[in-house]
Amino acid sequence: MYKARISVTLKPSILDPRGKASHGALKNLGFHTIQDVRMGKIIDLDIQADNEEAAKEMASHAARKLLANEVMEDFHVDIVGVS
Amino acid sequence: MADVAVLVFPGSNCDHDAYHAVKHVMGMEARFVWHKETDLGNPDVVLVPGGFSYGDYLRSGAIARFSPVMQEVTKFASKGGLVLGICNGFQILLESGLLPGAMLHNQQLRFTCKQVFLKTEQFDTAFTNAIPKGDVLTIPVAHGEGNFTAPEDTLKEIEDNGQVIFRYCDAFGNVIPDVNPNGALHNIAGICNKERNVLGMMPHPERACEANLGSEDGKFIFQSLMNILEKA
Repeated sequence: MYKARISVTLKPSILDPRGKASHGALKNLGFHTIQDVRMGKIIDLDIQADNEEAAKEMASHAARKLLANEVMEDFHVDIVGVS
Repeated sequence: MADVAVLVFPGSNCDHDAYHAVKHVMGMEARFVWHKETDLGNPDVVLVPGGFSYGDYLRSGAIARFSPVMQEVTKFASKGGLVLGICNGFQILLESGLLPGAMLHNQQLRFTCKQVFLKTEQFDTAFTNAIPKGDVLTIPVAHGEGNFTAPEDTLKEIEDNGQVIFRYCDAFGNVIPDVNPNGALHNIAGICNKERNVLGMMPHPERACEANLGSEDGKFIFQSLMNILEKA
Protein backbone atom coordinates (compact mmCIF):
# COMPACT_ATOMS: atom_id res chain seq x y z
CA MET A 1 0.00 0.00 0.00
CA TYR A 2 1.31 3.42 -0.93
CA LYS A 3 0.32 6.69 0.67
CA ALA A 4 0.08 9.42 -1.94
CA ARG A 5 -0.22 13.05 -0.97
CA ILE A 6 -1.80 15.42 -3.47
CA SER A 7 -1.21 19.12 -2.88
CA VAL A 8 -3.77 21.27 -4.64
CA THR A 9 -3.03 24.97 -4.96
CA LEU A 10 -4.64 27.84 -6.84
CA LYS A 11 -2.77 28.78 -10.00
CA PRO A 12 -0.44 31.74 -9.42
CA SER A 13 -2.56 33.95 -11.71
CA ILE A 14 -5.72 33.33 -9.63
CA LEU A 15 -6.47 35.62 -6.71
CA ASP A 16 -6.70 33.68 -3.45
CA PRO A 17 -9.23 35.43 -1.17
CA ARG A 18 -8.56 33.15 1.81
CA GLY A 19 -4.79 33.57 1.51
CA LYS A 20 -5.17 37.30 1.19
CA ALA A 21 -7.37 37.59 4.28
CA SER A 22 -4.97 35.45 6.31
CA HIS A 23 -2.05 37.52 5.07
CA GLY A 24 -3.83 40.65 6.28
CA ALA A 25 -4.36 39.08 9.71
CA LEU A 26 -0.70 38.03 9.92
CA LYS A 27 0.39 41.57 9.08
CA ASN A 28 -1.85 42.89 11.86
CA LEU A 29 -0.11 40.49 14.22
CA GLY A 30 3.25 41.94 13.28
CA PHE A 31 4.50 39.37 10.78
CA HIS A 32 5.82 42.06 8.50
CA THR A 33 8.38 39.89 6.75
CA ILE A 34 5.74 37.52 5.37
CA GLN A 35 5.26 38.79 1.86
CA ASP A 36 2.40 36.61 0.63
CA VAL A 37 0.10 33.79 1.72
CA ARG A 38 -1.45 31.27 -0.65
CA MET A 39 -3.73 28.50 0.58
CA GLY A 40 -4.44 25.10 -0.86
CA LYS A 41 -5.44 21.69 0.30
CA ILE A 42 -3.74 18.40 0.96
CA ILE A 43 -5.46 15.17 0.01
CA ASP A 44 -4.00 11.85 1.20
CA LEU A 45 -4.82 8.66 -0.67
CA ASP A 46 -4.03 5.07 0.29
CA ILE A 47 -3.44 3.23 -2.96
CA GLN A 48 -3.01 -0.46 -3.66
CA ALA A 49 -0.44 -0.59 -6.45
CA ASP A 50 2.41 -2.76 -7.74
CA ASN A 51 5.01 -0.05 -7.42
CA GLU A 52 5.55 3.58 -6.52
CA GLU A 53 5.32 4.75 -10.12
CA ALA A 54 1.93 3.09 -10.62
CA ALA A 55 0.63 4.59 -7.35
CA LYS A 56 1.79 8.04 -8.39
CA GLU A 57 0.17 7.65 -11.78
CA MET A 58 -3.12 6.59 -10.19
CA ALA A 59 -3.08 9.61 -7.84
CA SER A 60 -2.39 11.96 -10.76
CA HIS A 61 -5.25 10.43 -12.69
CA ALA A 62 -7.61 10.93 -9.73
CA ALA A 63 -6.45 14.52 -9.37
CA ARG A 64 -7.03 15.33 -13.01
CA LYS A 65 -10.41 13.64 -13.07
CA LEU A 66 -11.89 14.95 -9.82
CA LEU A 67 -9.68 16.21 -7.02
CA ALA A 68 -8.29 19.30 -8.74
CA ASN A 69 -9.96 21.70 -11.15
CA GLU A 70 -7.24 22.59 -13.61
CA VAL A 71 -9.11 25.69 -14.74
CA MET A 72 -8.02 27.36 -11.51
CA GLU A 73 -5.81 24.87 -9.64
CA ASP A 74 -2.45 23.14 -9.99
CA PHE A 75 -1.64 19.89 -8.23
CA HIS A 76 1.45 17.99 -7.20
CA VAL A 77 1.71 14.33 -6.16
CA ASP A 78 4.23 12.90 -3.66
CA ILE A 79 4.46 9.35 -2.42
CA VAL A 80 4.89 9.87 1.33
CA GLY A 81 4.69 6.34 2.69
CA VAL A 82 4.70 2.62 1.97
CA SER A 83 3.14 -0.06 4.13
CA MET B 1 -46.99 22.42 -22.67
CA ALA B 2 -43.33 23.04 -21.95
CA ASP B 3 -41.85 20.29 -19.81
CA VAL B 4 -39.16 21.30 -17.32
CA ALA B 5 -37.01 18.66 -15.64
CA VAL B 6 -35.78 19.98 -12.28
CA LEU B 7 -32.75 17.96 -11.16
CA VAL B 8 -32.42 16.97 -7.52
CA PHE B 9 -29.04 16.20 -5.96
CA PRO B 10 -28.39 15.33 -2.32
CA GLY B 11 -28.11 18.84 -0.89
CA SER B 12 -30.15 20.69 -3.50
CA ASN B 13 -32.31 23.22 -1.66
CA CYS B 14 -33.79 25.42 -4.38
CA ASP B 15 -35.38 22.55 -6.26
CA HIS B 16 -38.82 23.13 -4.75
CA ASP B 17 -38.61 26.90 -5.30
CA ALA B 18 -37.72 26.30 -8.94
CA TYR B 19 -40.53 23.75 -9.30
CA HIS B 20 -43.00 26.18 -7.74
CA ALA B 21 -41.96 29.13 -9.92
CA VAL B 22 -42.00 27.10 -13.11
CA LYS B 23 -45.22 25.23 -12.47
CA HIS B 24 -47.42 27.34 -10.25
CA VAL B 25 -46.35 30.82 -11.29
CA MET B 26 -45.43 30.32 -14.95
CA GLY B 27 -47.79 27.45 -15.74
CA MET B 28 -45.22 25.15 -17.34
CA GLU B 29 -45.09 21.43 -16.62
CA ALA B 30 -42.44 20.62 -14.03
CA ARG B 31 -41.15 17.40 -12.56
CA PHE B 32 -38.26 16.37 -10.36
CA VAL B 33 -35.51 14.13 -11.70
CA TRP B 34 -33.33 12.42 -9.06
CA HIS B 35 -29.60 12.62 -9.73
CA LYS B 36 -29.28 8.84 -10.00
CA GLU B 37 -31.64 8.67 -12.96
CA THR B 38 -30.15 7.69 -16.29
CA ASP B 39 -33.16 8.87 -18.26
CA LEU B 40 -34.31 12.48 -18.35
CA GLY B 41 -37.57 11.62 -20.06
CA ASN B 42 -38.17 14.05 -22.88
CA PRO B 43 -37.85 17.51 -21.36
CA ASP B 44 -37.88 20.86 -23.16
CA VAL B 45 -35.71 22.40 -20.46
CA VAL B 46 -33.38 20.95 -17.85
CA LEU B 47 -33.13 23.12 -14.76
CA VAL B 48 -30.16 22.55 -12.47
CA PRO B 49 -31.20 24.21 -9.20
CA GLY B 50 -29.25 25.84 -6.42
CA GLY B 51 -28.23 24.40 -3.10
CA PHE B 52 -25.21 22.64 -1.69
CA SER B 53 -24.96 19.43 -3.68
CA TYR B 54 -22.81 16.94 -1.75
CA GLY B 55 -22.29 19.61 0.91
CA ASP B 56 -20.01 21.56 -1.45
CA TYR B 57 -17.28 19.08 -0.45
CA LEU B 58 -14.07 19.31 -2.48
CA ARG B 59 -15.35 22.21 -4.64
CA SER B 60 -18.91 23.36 -5.18
CA GLY B 61 -20.46 21.25 -7.93
CA ALA B 62 -17.39 19.04 -8.30
CA ILE B 63 -18.97 15.80 -7.12
CA ALA B 64 -22.47 16.39 -8.49
CA ARG B 65 -21.09 16.63 -12.00
CA PHE B 66 -20.33 12.89 -11.85
CA SER B 67 -23.90 11.97 -10.87
CA PRO B 68 -25.41 9.63 -13.47
CA VAL B 69 -27.98 12.20 -14.54
CA MET B 70 -25.28 14.67 -15.58
CA GLN B 71 -24.17 12.39 -18.41
CA GLU B 72 -27.69 12.62 -19.74
CA VAL B 73 -27.69 16.39 -19.32
CA THR B 74 -24.44 16.60 -21.31
CA LYS B 75 -26.00 14.53 -24.11
CA PHE B 76 -29.15 16.65 -23.97
CA ALA B 77 -27.13 19.86 -24.17
CA SER B 78 -24.97 18.61 -27.03
CA LYS B 79 -28.13 18.07 -29.06
CA GLY B 80 -29.12 21.69 -28.46
CA GLY B 81 -31.40 21.07 -25.46
CA LEU B 82 -31.99 24.08 -23.20
CA VAL B 83 -30.22 23.90 -19.84
CA LEU B 84 -30.54 26.53 -17.10
CA GLY B 85 -28.20 26.29 -14.12
CA ILE B 86 -28.87 28.54 -11.14
CA CYS B 87 -26.29 29.21 -8.41
CA ASN B 88 -25.02 25.75 -7.40
CA GLY B 89 -26.50 24.61 -10.72
CA PHE B 90 -24.20 27.11 -12.47
CA GLN B 91 -21.26 25.71 -10.48
CA ILE B 92 -22.17 22.17 -11.55
CA LEU B 93 -22.32 23.23 -15.21
CA LEU B 94 -18.86 24.82 -14.87
CA GLU B 95 -17.41 21.71 -13.25
CA SER B 96 -18.92 19.50 -15.93
CA GLY B 97 -17.38 21.59 -18.69
CA LEU B 98 -20.72 22.61 -20.20
CA LEU B 99 -19.74 26.20 -19.45
CA PRO B 100 -16.24 27.74 -19.39
CA GLY B 101 -14.52 29.01 -16.24
CA ALA B 102 -14.65 28.21 -12.53
CA MET B 103 -15.92 29.61 -9.23
CA LEU B 104 -13.78 30.87 -6.37
CA HIS B 105 -14.79 31.81 -2.85
CA ASN B 106 -16.32 35.25 -2.70
CA GLN B 107 -13.63 37.89 -2.51
CA GLN B 108 -14.88 39.17 0.86
CA LEU B 109 -15.00 35.54 2.12
CA ARG B 110 -18.57 35.86 3.29
CA PHE B 111 -21.75 34.22 2.19
CA THR B 112 -23.71 36.94 0.41
CA CYS B 113 -27.51 36.94 0.44
CA LYS B 114 -29.19 40.06 -0.95
CA GLN B 115 -31.04 41.62 -3.85
CA VAL B 116 -28.74 42.63 -6.70
CA PHE B 117 -29.26 44.58 -9.88
CA LEU B 118 -28.49 42.89 -13.16
CA LYS B 119 -27.70 44.28 -16.57
CA THR B 120 -28.68 42.02 -19.45
CA GLU B 121 -26.00 41.98 -22.14
CA GLN B 122 -27.68 39.77 -24.75
CA PHE B 123 -31.37 39.74 -25.57
CA ASP B 124 -31.33 37.29 -28.47
CA THR B 125 -31.12 34.12 -26.38
CA ALA B 126 -33.66 31.51 -25.31
CA PHE B 127 -33.27 32.82 -21.75
CA THR B 128 -33.47 36.59 -22.23
CA ASN B 129 -35.75 37.38 -25.19
CA ALA B 130 -38.63 38.50 -22.94
CA ILE B 131 -36.53 40.96 -20.92
CA PRO B 132 -37.48 44.55 -21.81
CA LYS B 133 -34.40 46.21 -23.33
CA GLY B 134 -32.89 48.75 -20.99
CA ASP B 135 -34.54 47.29 -17.89
CA VAL B 136 -32.33 46.63 -14.90
CA LEU B 137 -33.42 43.36 -13.27
CA THR B 138 -33.72 42.96 -9.51
CA ILE B 139 -32.99 39.37 -8.51
CA PRO B 140 -31.44 38.01 -5.29
CA VAL B 141 -28.11 36.24 -4.92
CA ALA B 142 -27.29 33.80 -2.12
CA HIS B 143 -23.88 32.18 -2.34
CA GLY B 144 -20.44 31.79 -0.81
CA GLU B 145 -18.68 30.85 -4.03
CA GLY B 146 -19.80 33.09 -6.84
CA ASN B 147 -16.50 34.70 -7.70
CA PHE B 148 -16.34 33.78 -11.37
CA THR B 149 -12.88 33.31 -12.78
CA ALA B 150 -11.35 32.07 -16.02
CA PRO B 151 -7.92 32.10 -17.65
CA GLU B 152 -7.28 35.33 -19.57
CA ASP B 153 -7.69 33.80 -23.02
CA THR B 154 -10.94 32.05 -22.01
CA LEU B 155 -12.30 35.28 -20.56
CA LYS B 156 -11.48 37.09 -23.79
CA GLU B 157 -13.22 34.39 -25.80
CA ILE B 158 -16.32 34.57 -23.59
CA GLU B 159 -16.44 38.33 -24.00
CA ASP B 160 -15.70 38.31 -27.75
CA ASN B 161 -18.38 35.70 -28.42
CA GLY B 162 -21.00 37.64 -26.48
CA GLN B 163 -21.36 34.81 -23.98
CA VAL B 164 -21.69 37.13 -21.00
CA ILE B 165 -25.44 37.35 -20.45
CA PHE B 166 -25.75 39.11 -17.08
CA ARG B 167 -23.49 41.50 -15.15
CA TYR B 168 -23.90 42.96 -11.67
CA CYS B 169 -24.71 46.66 -11.97
CA ASP B 170 -26.18 49.54 -9.96
CA ALA B 171 -29.85 50.56 -10.06
CA PHE B 172 -29.18 52.55 -13.23
CA GLY B 173 -27.43 49.78 -15.12
CA ASN B 174 -23.87 51.00 -14.56
CA VAL B 175 -21.45 48.10 -14.31
CA ILE B 176 -19.08 49.29 -11.58
CA PRO B 177 -16.78 47.43 -9.15
CA ASP B 178 -18.62 48.82 -6.09
CA VAL B 179 -21.70 46.70 -6.77
CA ASN B 180 -19.85 43.48 -7.48
CA PRO B 181 -21.09 41.17 -4.68
CA ASN B 182 -18.35 38.54 -4.93
CA GLY B 183 -15.37 39.74 -6.93
CA ALA B 184 -16.39 38.02 -10.18
CA LEU B 185 -14.24 39.00 -13.16
CA HIS B 186 -15.88 41.75 -15.25
CA ASN B 187 -18.86 41.72 -12.83
CA ILE B 188 -20.03 38.50 -14.51
CA ALA B 189 -23.27 37.12 -13.04
CA GLY B 190 -24.27 34.76 -15.84
CA ILE B 191 -22.79 33.25 -18.99
CA CYS B 192 -23.92 30.94 -21.76
CA ASN B 193 -22.06 28.47 -23.93
CA LYS B 194 -21.00 29.26 -27.49
CA GLU B 195 -24.09 27.55 -28.89
CA ARG B 196 -26.25 29.64 -26.52
CA ASN B 197 -28.43 26.77 -25.30
CA VAL B 198 -26.83 26.44 -21.85
CA LEU B 199 -27.04 29.32 -19.36
CA GLY B 200 -25.53 29.52 -15.89
CA MET B 201 -26.31 32.35 -13.50
CA MET B 202 -25.58 33.02 -9.83
CA PRO B 203 -28.72 35.09 -9.05
CA HIS B 204 -31.93 33.19 -8.33
CA PRO B 205 -34.74 34.05 -10.76
CA GLU B 206 -36.98 31.44 -9.11
CA ARG B 207 -36.91 33.56 -5.94
CA ALA B 208 -38.09 36.63 -7.83
CA CYS B 209 -41.30 35.52 -9.50
CA GLU B 210 -43.92 36.92 -7.14
CA ALA B 211 -44.51 40.48 -5.92
CA ASN B 212 -44.69 39.19 -2.34
CA LEU B 213 -41.05 38.21 -2.63
CA GLY B 214 -39.92 41.70 -3.59
CA SER B 215 -39.49 41.27 -7.32
CA GLU B 216 -41.08 39.56 -10.28
CA ASP B 217 -38.16 40.09 -12.64
CA GLY B 218 -37.22 36.41 -12.56
CA LYS B 219 -40.34 35.70 -14.59
CA PHE B 220 -38.73 37.30 -17.65
CA ILE B 221 -36.23 34.46 -17.80
CA PHE B 222 -38.86 31.72 -17.63
CA GLN B 223 -41.12 33.68 -20.01
CA SER B 224 -38.22 33.80 -22.50
CA LEU B 225 -38.01 30.01 -22.43
CA MET B 226 -41.77 29.76 -22.94
CA ASN B 227 -41.60 32.14 -25.91
CA ILE B 228 -38.94 30.02 -27.61
CA LEU B 229 -40.70 26.74 -26.91
CA GLU B 230 -44.03 28.04 -28.18
CA LYS B 231 -42.40 28.99 -31.45
CA ALA B 232 -40.70 25.63 -31.86
